[in-house]
Amino acid sequence: MSRSAQGWFWPILGVTSLLVLWQAAVTFFEIKTFVAPSPVAVIGAIWENRSILLDNLGPTALEALSGFALGNSVAVILATVFIHSQTLRRMYFPAVVIFNTIPIIALSPILILIFGLTVTSKVIIAAIICLFPTLVNMIRGFEAVTPSELELMRIMAANRREVFFRLRLPRSLPFLFSALRIASTTSVIGAIVSEWIGAQKGIGVLIIQSTFEYRTELLYASIVMSSLLALTMFGAVALVEFLIVRWRVN
Amino acid sequence: MPAPAWDDFVDQAAILLAVVGVAFPSPDRPLVAFSHVSLAAEPGQFVVLIGPSGCGKSTLLRTIGDLLSATSGSVAVFGNEPQRARLDRRISFVFQDATLLPWRTVLQNVRLPLQVGNWRHTGRPSRKPEEMIALVGLKGRENAYPHQLSGGQRQRVSIARALVTNPDILLMDEPFGALDEITRDRLNDELLRIWREVGTTIVFVTHSLSEAAFLGEKVAVMGTNPGRLLEVIDLTSRKADNQIDRSSNTFFEITSELRDVLLRAYGDADK
Repeated sequence: MSRSAQGWFWPILGVTSLLVLWQAAVTFFEIKTFVAPSPVAVIGAIWENRSILLDNLGPTALEALSGFALGNSVAVILATVFIHSQTLRRMYFPAVVIFNTIPIIALSPILILIFGLTVTSKVIIAAIICLFPTLVNMIRGFEAVTPSELELMRIMAANRREVFFRLRLPRSLPFLFSALRIASTTSVIGAIVSEWIGAQKGIGVLIIQSTFEYRTELLYASIVMSSLLALTMFGAVALVEFLIVRWRVN
Repeated sequence: MPAPAWDDFVDQAAILLAVVGVAFPSPDRPLVAFSHVSLAAEPGQFVVLIGPSGCGKSTLLRTIGDLLSATSGSVAVFGNEPQRARLDRRISFVFQDATLLPWRTVLQNVRLPLQVGNWRHTGRPSRKPEEMIALVGLKGRENAYPHQLSGGQRQRVSIARALVTNPDILLMDEPFGALDEITRDRLNDELLRIWREVGTTIVFVTHSLSEAAFLGEKVAVMGTNPGRLLEVIDLTSRKADNQIDRSSNTFFEITSELRDVLLRAYGDADK
């Protein structure tokens, strides 16, 4: 077996074993479908409801991706400002920390009051949930330079812009990508949570509706879709990281 | 005939330290790294600073390179402030760790000094990065990344990077301190070869007696508590063309002499 095939083999075996266990438990204990459907029933429900699911996946994916882009961009810009100005950092970093303690579910109604039941409020929620981990990671990344690297830049008479682009930014890339991995999954959570509070369409809406209508298979199918969305985004981040950060020593 | 004026002497020296000291501010009283160091290096000379840990030899090296400012006395590099020499890109520095950027290949690392700072505006002639890599014996490894090289090879790359700007002064801070003795001896041989070829002034910091005896035309011995200059030993008369056999009697004598100077300083500290 090749090395990469071996890398895939164990996780797939693990997930499959859990699915088999789930199927067996549902069959053995004769659990009713509206309480908990079996994996086979969920797969059936995904196929049956494919057009509804895809129809609702679109808005959620758009919100999550836009929020991901917005939140991470703001985080990188803030981190850049904070490492260049200790004063601004002392003034505003605590404010960001305090803001981060507000539960995202409590923030949603506030944003809906301001922006209405629009896509904008959902994108902002998804962005806010991405912002903090990326900000903290980027500050750490920008500061992960050694004293001798800074002395090297100084002896070469490098200016601040060069120190940033030639040293701090490449240094921070591994930190950025570990933040983006976190953000890839949390941005989907942000989009779905914001849809619960109020939306016309989206996986979040589907989750709420199917719960109240006891369409448990559809509920599970929606959850699988949101999970697939997050996994796809996670995979895309990992792929881009693999292509860009070739120098990273394993 | 009038005696040579002090100004001429200042202008002719590559590096001139006059009663230099560095003290770091601290809550109760300033922490003195070293003080009262006076030393000169002629253009093209190989000067070694040797001393125990904490004698301020690395700090002294940093004042010459304008990475730190002296708090007393004066430091002149080609008759000017060290800052002038640094901004004119006449100084290169080799650190204890190679300090290569891991996302850059060997060639890209060696090119770095020509890409940053004001290099293009200095009008100074550069050397070809490929030639510098060949000079340090790494021809063929241009596209390797630092993590694919050994510690000795990485330090070779950092020397190539330091030389690419054709510096008038090369400051080296225990560059081979982390390497095994055989690798260190070989790199010392090569450093002398490179120095002869490029003709730059080198100030080399070490705590190894044999390294100091082997490399230096002039060895400045420093002591600790307080950090100070103990003695400056000129070896030019005993090493023809700054070459010496490591198994010769002369080499043994020089090493013992340096050891005696250092031991005397330790004796002082114990009193």
